[in-house]
Amino acid sequence: MNVNQHTPMASPYGQPQPGYGQPGYAPLDGGYPAPYAPYNGPASAYQPGAPPQGYSPFTSFPSKAVAANPASDLSSPLDLGPARGPPTSAPPPVSAPQQYNQYSHGLGDVQNGTSPMTQAPPRPASSQLYNQGAASMTGAHPSYPQHYGPPPTMQQVTNQMTRMQMSGPPTPAGPGYAPPQSSQPAVSSSYQTAPQPSYTQAPPPVSSAPTQPPPSSGPAAPQQYFAAPPPPSQQQFTSSHPPTSQPQFTSSVPPPPSQQTFPPSSFSGPVPPPSQAPAPPVSQSQQPFAAPQPPFSSAPPPVSQPGFAAGPPPPAQGSYPPQQPPPSSQPGSFPPPTSAASGQYPTPMPHQQQPPATQPSPYHPGPPPLRAQMPPTSNHLPPGPQGPSCPPGPPGPLQQPHSPQTGYPPQQNGAFGQVRSPQPGYAGPYPGQPNYGAPASAPAPAPAQKRLDPDSIPSPIQVIEDDKVKTTEPFTTGVRGQAPPLVTTNFQVKDQGNASPRYIRCTAYNMPCTSDMAKQSQVPLAAVIKPLATLPPDETPPYLVDHGESGPIRCNRCKAYMCPYMQFIEGGRRFQCSFCSCVTEVPPHYFQHLDHTGKRVDSYDRPELSLGTYEFLATVDYCKNNKPPQPPAFIFLIDVSYNAVKSGMVNIVCHELKSLLDHLPRENPEMDSVVRVGFVTYNKVLHFYNVKSSLAQPQMLVVSDVSDMFVPLLDGFLVNVSESRQVIESLLDQIPEMFADTRETETVFGPVIQAGLEALKAADCAGKLFVFHTSLPIAEAPGKLKNREDKKLIGTDKEKSLFQPQSGFYNNLAKECVAQGCCVDLFLFPNQYVDVATLGVVPVSTGGSIYKYTYFQAQTDQERFLNDLRRDVQKQIGFDAVMRVRTSTGIRATDFFGSFYMSNTTDVELAGLDCDKAITVEFKHDDKLSEETGALMQCAVLYTSCSGQRRLRVHNMAVNCCSQLADLYRNCETDTIINYLAKYAFRGILNNPTKAVRDTLVNQCAQILACYRKNCASPSSAGQLILPECMKLLPVYLNCVLKSDILLPGADVSLDDRAYLRQLISCMDVAETHVFFYPRLLPLVKLDSSSLPVAVRDSEERLSKGGVYLMETGLHLFLWVGASVQQELLLNIFGTPSFSQVDSSMTNLPVLDNPFSQRLREIIDSFRAQRSRYMKLMVVKQEDRTELIFRHFLVEDKSASGGASYVDFLCHMHKEIRQLLS
Amino acid sequence: MSTYQEFIQQNEDRDGVRFSWNLWPSSRLEATRLVVPVSCLFTPLKERPNLPPVQYEPVVCSRANCKAVLNPLCQVDFRAKIWACNFCFQRNPFPPSYAGISEVNQPAELMPQFSTIEYIVQRGPPTPLIFLYVVDTCLEEEDLQALKESLQMSLSLLPPNALVGLITFGRMVQVHELSCEGIAKSYVFRGTKDLTSKQIQEMLGLTKPAAAGQQGRPLAPQDAAAASCKFLQPVHRVDMNLTDLLGELQKDPWPVPQGKRPLRSTGVALSVAVGLLEGTFPNTGARVMLFIGGPPTQGPGMVVGDELKTPIRSWHDIQKDNARHLKKATKFFEGLANRSAANGHSVDIYACALDQTGLLEMKCLSNVTGGHIVMGDSFNTSLFKQTFQRVFSKDYNGDFRMAFGGVLEVKTSRELKVCGAIGPCVSLHSKGACVSENEMGVGGTSQWKVCSLNPSTTLGIYFEVVNQHNAPIPQGGRGAIQFITQYQHSNTQKRIRVTTIARNWADAQSQIQHIESSFDQEAAAVLMARLGVFRAESEEGPDVLRWLDRQLIRLCQKFGQFNKDDPTSFKLSESLSLYPQFMFHLRRSPFLQVFNNSPDESSYYRHHFVRQDLTQSLIMIQPILYAYSFHGPPEPVLLDSSSILPDRILLMDTFFQLVIYHGETIAQWRKAGYQEMAEYENFKQLLQAPLDDAQEILQTRFPMPRYIDTEHGGSQARFLLSKVNPSQTHNNLYAWGQETGAPILTDDVSLQVFMDHLKKLAVSSST
Repeated sequence: MNVNQHTPMASPYGQPQPGYGQPGYAPLDGGYPAPYAPYNGPASAYQPGAPPQGYSPFTSFPSKAVAANPASDLSSPLDLGPARGPPTSAPPPVSAPQQYNQYSHGLGDVQNGTSPMTQAPPRPASSQLYNQGAASMTGAHPSYPQHYGPPPTMQQVTNQMTRMQMSGPPTPAGPGYAPPQSSQPAVSSSYQTAPQPSYTQAPPPVSSAPTQPPPSSGPAAPQQYFAAPPPPSQQQFTSSHPPTSQPQFTSSVPPPPSQQTFPPSSFSGPVPPPSQAPAPPVSQSQQPFAAPQPPFSSAPPPVSQPGFAAGPPPPAQGSYPPQQPPPSSQPGSFPPPTSAASGQYPTPMPHQQQPPATQPSPYHPGPPPLRAQMPPTSNHLPPGPQGPSCPPGPPGPLQQPHSPQTGYPPQQNGAFGQVRSPQPGYAGPYPGQPNYGAPASAPAPAPAQKRLDPDSIPSPIQVIEDDKVKTTEPFTTGVRGQAPPLVTTNFQVKDQGNASPRYIRCTAYNMPCTSDMAKQSQVPLAAVIKPLATLPPDETPPYLVDHGESGPIRCNRCKAYMCPYMQFIEGGRRFQCSFCSCVTEVPPHYFQHLDHTGKRVDSYDRPELSLGTYEFLATVDYCKNNKPPQPPAFIFLIDVSYNAVKSGMVNIVCHELKSLLDHLPRENPEMDSVVRVGFVTYNKVLHFYNVKSSLAQPQMLVVSDVSDMFVPLLDGFLVNVSESRQVIESLLDQIPEMFADTRETETVFGPVIQAGLEALKAADCAGKLFVFHTSLPIAEAPGKLKNREDKKLIGTDKEKSLFQPQSGFYNNLAKECVAQGCCVDLFLFPNQYVDVATLGVVPVSTGGSIYKYTYFQAQTDQERFLNDLRRDVQKQIGFDAVMRVRTSTGIRATDFFGSFYMSNTTDVELAGLDCDKAITVEFKHDDKLSEETGALMQCAVLYTSCSGQRRLRVHNMAVNCCSQLADLYRNCETDTIINYLAKYAFRGILNNPTKAVRDTLVNQCAQILACYRKNCASPSSAGQLILPECMKLLPVYLNCVLKSDILLPGADVSLDDRAYLRQLISCMDVAETHVFFYPRLLPLVKLDSSSLPVAVRDSEERLSKGGVYLMETGLHLFLWVGASVQQELLLNIFGTPSFSQVDSSMTNLPVLDNPFSQRLREIIDSFRAQRSRYMKLMVVKQEDRTELIFRHFLVEDKSASGGASYVDFLCHMHKEIRQLLS
Repeated sequence: MSTYQEFIQQNEDRDGVRFSWNLWPSSRLEATRLVVPVSCLFTPLKERPNLPPVQYEPVVCSRANCKAVLNPLCQVDFRAKIWACNFCFQRNPFPPSYAGISEVNQPAELMPQFSTIEYIVQRGPPTPLIFLYVVDTCLEEEDLQALKESLQMSLSLLPPNALVGLITFGRMVQVHELSCEGIAKSYVFRGTKDLTSKQIQEMLGLTKPAAAGQQGRPLAPQDAAAASCKFLQPVHRVDMNLTDLLGELQKDPWPVPQGKRPLRSTGVALSVAVGLLEGTFPNTGARVMLFIGGPPTQGPGMVVGDELKTPIRSWHDIQKDNARHLKKATKFFEGLANRSAANGHSVDIYACALDQTGLLEMKCLSNVTGGHIVMGDSFNTSLFKQTFQRVFSKDYNGDFRMAFGGVLEVKTSRELKVCGAIGPCVSLHSKGACVSENEMGVGGTSQWKVCSLNPSTTLGIYFEVVNQHNAPIPQGGRGAIQFITQYQHSNTQKRIRVTTIARNWADAQSQIQHIESSFDQEAAAVLMARLGVFRAESEEGPDVLRWLDRQLIRLCQKFGQFNKDDPTSFKLSESLSLYPQFMFHLRRSPFLQVFNNSPDESSYYRHHFVRQDLTQSLIMIQPILYAYSFHGPPEPVLLDSSSILPDRILLMDTFFQLVIYHGETIAQWRKAGYQEMAEYENFKQLLQAPLDDAQEILQTRFPMPRYIDTEHGGSQARFLLSKVNPSQTHNNLYAWGQETGAPILTDDVSLQVFMDHLKKLAVSSST
């Protein structure tokens, strides 16, 4: 089954292969045929997996083929039809289809054969998809045809990967990965050698490739790009290309035949396709698949065809490699991959045929029609060209080729998207697969040195969309170990005994029983807990349980709170703790009889016996000093130095506070908030304000003794807003005036926090400080800092020191703050280095937030700042909180990540805990778990509510335990794993060189995947990349983590930015990390009122020059406008018909009275509402300078800072895995 | 020839000088045998309505280390236009402006009646007076209200161009910015942290003047004004503002838990005040006025902790070395006092509380800088209100009776050297030829700084005759002393007052009679008392008493007429007859006796004793007692228990207290209400008489004395009973066998016993 999961990957393989081929092959593209051949070779290797026999080689291909099939799904079956030839061969594999079903990827079956079943269990959703794919393949597919395609992709991906590697070695130069590939030689070589030789074609391909490359890749690609872009680029691609590509494939396929071995393998894949093919829809998709296969086969060759790389690659190599790979591999995850692959191959094929010389033109002309299918093809092409061209850059003509190609591909994808969005691609692949079988054969001969087809590797978009489709019913938490829908899916939760996923998400919902298993798998066991998460309006907030003076009922030994897991025994007189097994008397007032099932008869009346989340009212025993807490206070500390005044910050803050003070948090909207407020301004000295209601005018108290901070007044500093409103308003009116002419540029910082802390101490309450600060505190005072920004240290072993605070002062201060319950929120408005790493220590340790507005300008940044401030002031927050996670015997919470302070190893102390803060908790085994009881965890948070009430919030979570690794892999959540890994890594850079951290990440992931491959996947060629269904996105997401500014900064990323992001991410929940690492990119074509357009993958290839795209990263919003965007779109969005008149400095769209504009603004508003921070809209015009920033977030592409493209990284990962396996 | 009495009186009226001896023994040896040193009480700014200041610079001796001022004692050669310095005999030409000088056209300073002359000089720009209020806010509401009103009232009394500033303190110290509109700003200092002057100035944003201050002279006034404008503003500009500010002053808001004293940061507040002035107006007349309602309880200068269960130190604790904070606090305040004195700023302390407020530790602030100390029970008493008002009293010219930044220089002719001075002054460490090695009081210098002066400020200055026995002074030779006092007049003028006096030399062996008759026993008593008090500050009480006794005995031996070992034969001449009696009362005075006085009270009494003029000082030593009765007009009576009669009303003036004591019978009559009856109008008048006299004293005295109206048997009668000579006690009541007077329940010796012992010791041959 796992295999099936992988299978989805398979498709990617298919793609990857192409991709690989592409990378290096890009150039080869021209020689696609040849490349294909190589691929076939590899494919054959794959095939072995599935179809043992001749397939062996092919099998690999098949897998690819499968991938292709998905693609083909999309593409016209007919196209595949030709390719089907292979399918026919596939038929035999029929069994394979079943396997596919299981594996979701016929290929997978081929490979693993048996695991199909497992897949389904793991994740219904994904598995289903796969199954579907499989189904479709087999015939069951009907519903899934398209999607299912993807599953196969998995295998394909693997295949591709292998091939990639194969190719890799040869192309080393090309993609970054190439080198790895080379390393793989062993494996790959086998493939290559084997395949190629066998193919005989291989050689040809190579030769062809070389030859082709020059011509086709170079000119052709460019031209294609150009040409293609304009016309087909956007729309046509989808439709037109597919056909062409397919055809081509078919054509190419022919060759495969000769390479029958390949076909077989591919056939296995194909086989399913064929079945699918039968189905009309499927068939279409199949066609693409068919194409893909070829690519695969070809792909390997390409790789092998160093020549290709040499030709195109060389130029490209530097930058190209990445790009090249990306296009191919990244684009289509599974389905796409295959499809893409297929498509690409086909195209390539065609190209080759027509190509070398003509290719370009063919594309244009041909492409249009074919395009739909073409995408893949185009992809291939692009890859090739891209590879080379890419580096040069989109700009240059050469680049054009590349870029165009890339552009095309995307477009094509887009086209697909239109047709079927990403899924289509998937579908394509599947269908294609069968076809591929055939095509594969063709490609094989072609050994085209294609890159991995981006569409053939696992696509996040596909997975997300699949999950959305799958999730139709509310998620009930009653079933232990059931993984919730993805964070990107809207769903309703019904609390039936476990905490809602909004509160707790686990990396694994099926934990290994033993630590050995855990170690072996390397899958992190962690939970991301967001204790005070905001629930949607249609879900009930936690019930408040009041047990009176005696307080909550707890286990005598481990002190766990009463929860649904407690077992009542002896007729209800006692209960046995399910965490520590201790038996505790039930207090008389809590006694209740049991029913025949041993449950208390009142269990449904009591939240603590029936729900996963509820709150207890705490007694004074739970309060500091055994005294009920005082209402909390908010203190606003405003920098009034020259920079602050000049930037307009002071004015804005003061003005805003006047109205904001009416919205202090409260629990009962009817009542006035009990939160008191105080005001301080500062530069080199601090100014406190007495705003007592009895005063006619506020009084300012200046404290110059910053070396020994104290609070100069008691009465009148913290006041109730409603009582002192007049004085406060007067103060806020006067502050900007008073400092309007200030010349003071130096500031202090440590004393500012000390002041707030002392004020809270004096008032004996908890609270929150809002610090508005502009510059590095260089004035003589405790906590004085020096500018230590030194770019030279970046990349060295000393880099880590830049993330550590300059001195221990702030650590000690933070400790004091936590003891007092003083949470610090920091708003930074720097014009230069301010040492966020040091300034952030206190906010981060006290559960606060940092907001950073570099080069703040009132006009453009005001809105973002004010919205952040409003939200920050208004949001629900608890103070003086202590969180403790109790677990059942066998595991233990060992590590915590987030914004908090720990004075011991178990209690997480948070001076403030708001509704946006998440804490990631890592668990380790300290004993064995049992499958029967599962693993329980109870997270209890003791806090003071904003109304001054002491409460305990309890979240309970139970997960399954497994003794089979396969179960583990079937039931985990990649998004959460990424959240954990990111936090782990970002903390790691404090103490380790960044490179070591990156290596560790890669290594851990490789181990995770290798373990799966070794223990869960059905045996298959080592050259296949097999990914677990649940983790098929792990590589792409991990690559995003590795490429983040924190781990791999570009030249223009300041140290402050990195420190800022580092701290920001440390308290993000899963949804936030997800969109942060893999931004949401929406094509704005047609906007209907009910749903969002389906996102496209974060790659430049997916952008159509004629389109407009909206990208959301959680911190930024971009509106990308293609250079040749349609006038109608411009008119609808900007109210101007001309691209050049679009004002890229606008931060909000003009309000236009047309449905499109309305809907778009609605969408933007809803995005902003979803995130804890306001996202400033940035309009990015294609080719504009700002596009660089935007490109940075196209995470599947190679990044300017040297980050690998998805495809490259996948290759690299595959190499790592293979190394581990060998 | 006039008597010495008249001579002395004339000299005092003209020069403000009273010498212990008006004939000076001509050799060192003889001088020492006279027991009482050659010394004088000098009142530098004695009011001289008939002395118009001259508007030019004094002419000084050109010898670098002399610089004596031209005076009537100098020999002048009108033809050569040359004058000879009478101290160093340097011959100096007159400056060009004296070209027209002749025997008939002499400048004022050469005329004998101008032995004291005052010059107005133009040096530097006029600097305004500065008043910096330092106000304790840890007060009862009632007290605070009264204080606020007094302060607001005082604004109208200040010279309009005076700069005024406000610092308030409690747990924190706030320096109020006076120039701002809208929001009232103040700088806050933590009350527990000792800050250097530099830190304070930095924190107040006064760093610029610090650089300029190195020049020694006050900075350009614009700079200074600009830098300090935030905190020190001309009264006329900010009085509205400041009145409001004072009106809004609140009691220190920090909670005071049960059983605790409020936290009062007096030390830091003063430190900030001193630092502020130091940074902005060095060497400019300024008055820091500190108002406190309790002891400093935290930070530097802390006198007592905030635990009420720990009482503030008593003399008992101090003697047992049990006063924890004493030394540290004293040291802290001394440091401040010296800094303040160095910059010419004076510090007043207005302490109003029922308990002690730490005057013992803080006294040096006022003692060294010439500031006032006023001690009362509450700010809401007329004692404080009127005293405070009197600080701003004006003289016949409409000028404030205060001067600042005084520097007193003493020059002597070469037979004399100056040993030291006792009074509200600080040494300027100016060593010169006329400085004696032998220190008495603040010595080792011929220049003293008196940061704040008023017309009654009097210093005791002690000299030493250095002429050797074998170097006789030529007949008719005279010793001369010149006092040069430079000061800033309250109208901001710079003035120099020069007093030159001369006395004849006398050979003690041949002219002992003359010398004896030239003895000024009142001045001598006060001068000796100052020496005693000065010693008492640093020595154990009994030692001082013994020293005083020994001096007295030696004096009696020297000048008494007696037969050896026959006490009954002992006699003193008229010029010494009262001296032993002064010493008797001095021994019993609170200046030397700490019994029954708190350390604060002792400090307070001593503070005033060493600065008042002779008359007031004598009252302090031996209070004046008047009797009012139907037997005759009011008359002074003996300060003796025998004076306490039932049908008398007594009015006692001890300087610090005014006690009206109604005898037993009078008290009964008064209680019966006879004074209300028309037919007893005379009784009413009798009752009224002492009240009127008391009122007269109250009107003029600074500080205003405590006014006590009591009667026989009243608890407050103790003020009288503790002062009178206990001639009748429970021990000798029956021995005397008389019904007159009131027995005093004490074991103290009476004057009679004291005198008997004195005679016995004086005639004893064994000593």
